[in-house]
Amino acid sequence: MNKLITTLGIALLVASPFNGMASPQQDLSEFRDYYEKRFPGTPFDDFINGVYSIDAASREQWEEIEDFPPYELGLSKGEELFNKPFANGKTYGSCFENDGIGIRQNYPYFDTDRGEVITLELAINECREANGEKKLKWKKGPIAFISAYMAYTSRGNIIDIKIPDDARAVAAYERGKKHFYQKRGQLNMACADCHKFYAGSMVRADLLSPALGHLSHFPVYRSKWGGMGTTHRRYGGCNKQVRAKDYPAQSEEYRALEYFHTYMSNGLAVNGPGARK
Amino acid sequence: MTMKQVTSGIVSMTLFCCISILSSLSIANADAIADGKKVAFDRKKGNCLGCHMMADGVLPGNIGPPLIAMKARFPDKAKLREQIWDPTIANPNTIMPPFGKHRILTEKEVDLITEFVYSL
Repeated sequence: MNKLITTLGIALLVASPFNGMASPQQDLSEFRDYYEKRFPGTPFDDFINGVYSIDAASREQWEEIEDFPPYELGLSKGEELFNKPFANGKTYGSCFENDGIGIRQNYPYFDTDRGEVITLELAINECREANGEKKLKWKKGPIAFISAYMAYTSRGNIIDIKIPDDARAVAAYERGKKHFYQKRGQLNMACADCHKFYAGSMVRADLLSPALGHLSHFPVYRSKWGGMGTTHRRYGGCNKQVRAKDYPAQSEEYRALEYFHTYMSNGLAVNGPGARK
Repeated sequence: MTMKQVTSGIVSMTLFCCISILSSLSIANADAIADGKKVAFDRKKGNCLGCHMMADGVLPGNIGPPLIAMKARFPDKAKLREQIWDPTIANPNTIMPPFGKHRILTEKEVDLITEFVYSL
């Protein structure tokens, strides 16, 4: 029996889709080590606070903002929408595990039946369609409010993104990783340039946030937007800032990026929604 | 008019010409430096202050090195221009945008910025 297990183990190793490249687990430990070395004063659990985890001065202002959080209105609208029955009498809860409460840490996940990455916002709109309602717009407004409420009910839960043993899941992960590290746009900058290699540096008066922990606090209320927005709204903005063409929200590209990006924050607690400059 | 007078006349003419060419060159250079500074500080153009401390620019970023003692760092002005035109030649992983290669700036604007940065 032992022999059989060993043989099976070797066979699995040989068949492993990660041959010749770093596995997601290896990537994750390299990623964490990088930030822990770059910011030795920041405890791992504190990276969920983004830029405020590495800068005491702006943290103080932010904590004052958090006393009366600007996302509160969106959050209460989100709760109301979440609990309001559709025309058929069902609610969002009927589409999700645990009635949609405390599940943010499992999104996005790779659906092995469908062969694609499912983000929370995608699941929210699919829930609406399955219940005969129209899709919501992807980037802001009601979808961000509902997503914010769902994140809020998940506060403290540990991000736990899984890469199933499925070549398509690995491909999605690798696509997201490639997006993160590849230079793009007229300015020729990668996500990683600003949010990994130069995280903590200043661009003019703005401090670059570490990518570790980014996904713990989305959706966010962003002062620059004067409202709430989803992860993909921010991705589009980032791409445009380096003068690259943005991808549509919920495109395969951004879902793959969110898959990689969130996986890199595994082990951190959900604290969304967040408030940012 | 003696030959001597003619000669001295030619010499003084030549000197005058040389001086005026030189002084107009230095005026042209001062203009280029001033124009280069405008392009460098313009957020939609060079936006150099995004990453570099330089001259009297306020709230500079700190991603790149401060731009000081440039003549010592780039004895060859052409090398400095190349670094602005396409910094990926020197370092493929650099975060600095290839201002000339990606047409963020025109060739003329790259020339002007080079003059300005070289003067720092």
